[in-house]
Amino acid sequence: SNLWYLFSHSVDKAWKELSNILSGIFCASLNFIDSTNTVTPTASFKPLGLANGTDHNLLRYAVLPREVVCTENLTPWKKLLPCGSKAGLAVLLKAERLFHSSYHSQAVHIRPICRDASCLAVSWELRQTLTVVFDTFSSGQGKKDWSLFKMFSRTLTDACPLASQSKVYVDISPKNKEKELLEVTPPPASVHEAIVQGDRRTYAVYDLLSPSLFNTSRSLNVQLKWKRPQDSSELPTPVLHAQRYVSGYGLQTGEISTLIYNTHPYRAFPVILLETVPWYLRLYVHTLTIITKGKENKPSYIHYQPAQDRRRPHLLEMLIQLPANSVTKITIQFERALLKWTEYPPDPNHGFYVSSSVLSALVPSVIAMKDMDVEQSPLFTSLFPSLDGSSYFVRLYTEPLLVNLPTPDFSMPYNVICLTCTVVAVCYGSFYNLLTRTFHVEEPSRGGLAKRLANVIRKFRGVPPL
Amino acid sequence: MAAPLVLVVLVAVTVRAVLYRSTLAAFISERVEVASPLNAWKRVVEGLALLDLGVSPYSGAIFHETPLIIYLFHFLIEYAELVFMFKKQKLLIELDKYAPDVAELIRTPMEMHYIPLKVALFYLLNPYTVMSCVAKSTCAINNTVIAFFILATIKGSAFLSAVFLALATYQSLYPLTLFAPALLYLLQRQFIPIKLKSKSFWLYTMQYAALYLCSLVVIICLSFFLLNSWDFIPSVYGFILSVPDLTPNIGLFWYFFAEMFEHFSLFFVCVFQINVFFYTIPLAIKLKEHPVFFMFVQIAIISIFKSYPTVGDIALYMAFLPVWNHLYRFLRNIFILSCVLIVCSLLFPVLWHLWIYAGSANSNFYYAITLTFNIGQILLISDYFYAFLRREYYLTHGLHLTRQDGTEAMLVLK
Repeated sequence: SNLWYLFSHSVDKAWKELSNILSGIFCASLNFIDSTNTVTPTASFKPLGLANGTDHNLLRYAVLPREVVCTENLTPWKKLLPCGSKAGLAVLLKAERLFHSSYHSQAVHIRPICRDASCLAVSWELRQTLTVVFDTFSSGQGKKDWSLFKMFSRTLTDACPLASQSKVYVDISPKNKEKELLEVTPPPASVHEAIVQGDRRTYAVYDLLSPSLFNTSRSLNVQLKWKRPQDSSELPTPVLHAQRYVSGYGLQTGEISTLIYNTHPYRAFPVILLETVPWYLRLYVHTLTIITKGKENKPSYIHYQPAQDRRRPHLLEMLIQLPANSVTKITIQFERALLKWTEYPPDPNHGFYVSSSVLSALVPSVIAMKDMDVEQSPLFTSLFPSLDGSSYFVRLYTEPLLVNLPTPDFSMPYNVICLTCTVVAVCYGSFYNLLTRTFHVEEPSRGGLAKRLANVIRKFRGVPPL
Repeated sequence: MAAPLVLVVLVAVTVRAVLYRSTLAAFISERVEVASPLNAWKRVVEGLALLDLGVSPYSGAIFHETPLIIYLFHFLIEYAELVFMFKKQKLLIELDKYAPDVAELIRTPMEMHYIPLKVALFYLLNPYTVMSCVAKSTCAINNTVIAFFILATIKGSAFLSAVFLALATYQSLYPLTLFAPALLYLLQRQFIPIKLKSKSFWLYTMQYAALYLCSLVVIICLSFFLLNSWDFIPSVYGFILSVPDLTPNIGLFWYFFAEMFEHFSLFFVCVFQINVFFYTIPLAIKLKEHPVFFMFVQIAIISIFKSYPTVGDIALYMAFLPVWNHLYRFLRNIFILSCVLIVCSLLFPVLWHLWIYAGSANSNFYYAITLTFNIGQILLISDYFYAFLRREYYLTHGLHLTRQDGTEAMLVLK
């Protein structure tokens, strides 16, 4: 889970309060956010909506890579919706189907916007997004057909009475300009064309508020069927994608490598990479290498803030130029620290998570996009923002990493204290003896108790004494 | 005397040059026994890289060297290998001045003549020193400064001795304890008796202390002007004293504090640090007539009990052992102790590999070898101390002791 916010004043106290309050609202463990996983990025995050002057010192970003999303987080998220999960589109969001998926992500975005066109007053806009990836191919007997009932085991019956707009968009973009490849039932009332992320796409629109939708049947079950059996056509790769992995062997050192792919055929563009590495993986920035197409690629902006043990993580932000049709490999070496035995999580050999790195870029689009009207299609302008018609903004998150650290033996604290203090005491004892005692010629001893006892027994036996 | 010395130096330089160029150099510089968080070369390079990026090297937890090292290596980073090779050639020329009165135990001028050569041999060809040099650990710079300090003290120059001692203390905090033996030696040289009421004693002590403190203050102020901040003080001295980094090394601190209950952490840090410093006064009282041996024991105690020891520190006091090879006949456990030290040195990399790379051992194995190695060192030093005291007894009471009834006597420590 990650959280970022731009404050206006007294940041650190407000950050703690904010993360605790949000943790309570969303039943997420956001209260574990503290200075060891919070950073202040300088370039990667810009506030959305209206903002006066951005001092990046007032921005905080934190990631908790070990936290996963579960039903407990979905319920309060649904409660924020005006109709809850009782009416409208949210009736589909039942936990047992939503978490039966390959990928699940939910987010809450808040930003200040103008209340009307004259912008005399500012309102807060709350935007909630839920992203779920269902793999119907593997569960649907090898066919890519899907329907709302198959995915969510229920159908839409009405719109939320409090909603001013309630729409379902289904992407029916034809591939390779062939029509009639797929069929959507019930037939859509209208079709919307938009250019989204540099691609021309066609959407079938179902407006839940229009009275004609529920005329024929009481419920709406959108179904999509593929007319021809699918050949293994590849999905188009996005223009910008990345992956990250840890290499190296043993528990002493390692290397983090990030691969960034630019598949645009002829345009190069810059990307900002933000890496947050916990303090117990000690990064060595002099080993940072960026290689593109076999040659070194120097970043035009680097901001590096080294970690302080047990206080703050590493922050590395770079602006890297990606040439067209290339792969860029960024590697940095690290050393693994030995922690105190109380600092290990309950399953220490599971490893420690390193949070995803964030790539932010303005990707140039192949097709020119025209500015879309905010009023008409609020969905697209907020989901796929574009500043001008030629590029769109993308923020990518790479995979989190799992790294093992060397562990001490957790059963040994008492033994270690005893043994080490014994060694120190050996030194102290030897030196004490040598410093406080002097050499003397040995006097013959008159015999200890044992000798006297032995002499008494000998006298009884009639044998000469010792 | 010069020819064998030159030969030894040439051999040592050749060995180091060969190792620099081989693949072993990378392997050795990664060894935790040779490079600690305080003196690893990788961290010096990292600190300089941070300086190039415009970030203070002390803002992170990687760089713990003093600013003078930054000054030194900023320009010499290309020639780092040469710097380390020639720092290691520091020769320790000790002039012993014993004139005892028992014939058998007197050291002949012949023996004494060869001592500097033996010391140089012990130091330059010691595998510990070679590894420390190939790893480019800044321990070499530490050792050089301490060696210069000893040279200046033996030669009798109070000013140079104070300056080098200040440099050594500035670099790593512990040589502060060498103030006492140096003072005792210089007093002895000036024939000033050590009586607490004597005015000349206090006068000389004050002079020496003033020289030392002034040099220290000057050096610290110079360091301030490098980066215009006092950040280096918590980063260097705070780090040495509070031991936050628990990277395994050959010392006793790391595992102890890795397994310490949080509540007692501060208490035990204080106990361990006091342990290094508090042998000074008792040793000064017992060994006030023998400041050179006092210096040796003090350096050994620092090397064993400092917070981040490495084999380079051990090599420094081991280099002095030939100076006292006349004590050989009184050493009790030298054979077993040498075996312990050699076997432990060989086992260190094995058990490290088993823990970190093979995963078949755990940290206890490496910790056990650490314990054994430190016990070996402690017993070695106390054995030499015992032998020294015993020889002193024989010097004053004669070599053949008889009891009251004429039979051969035994000597015991009571």
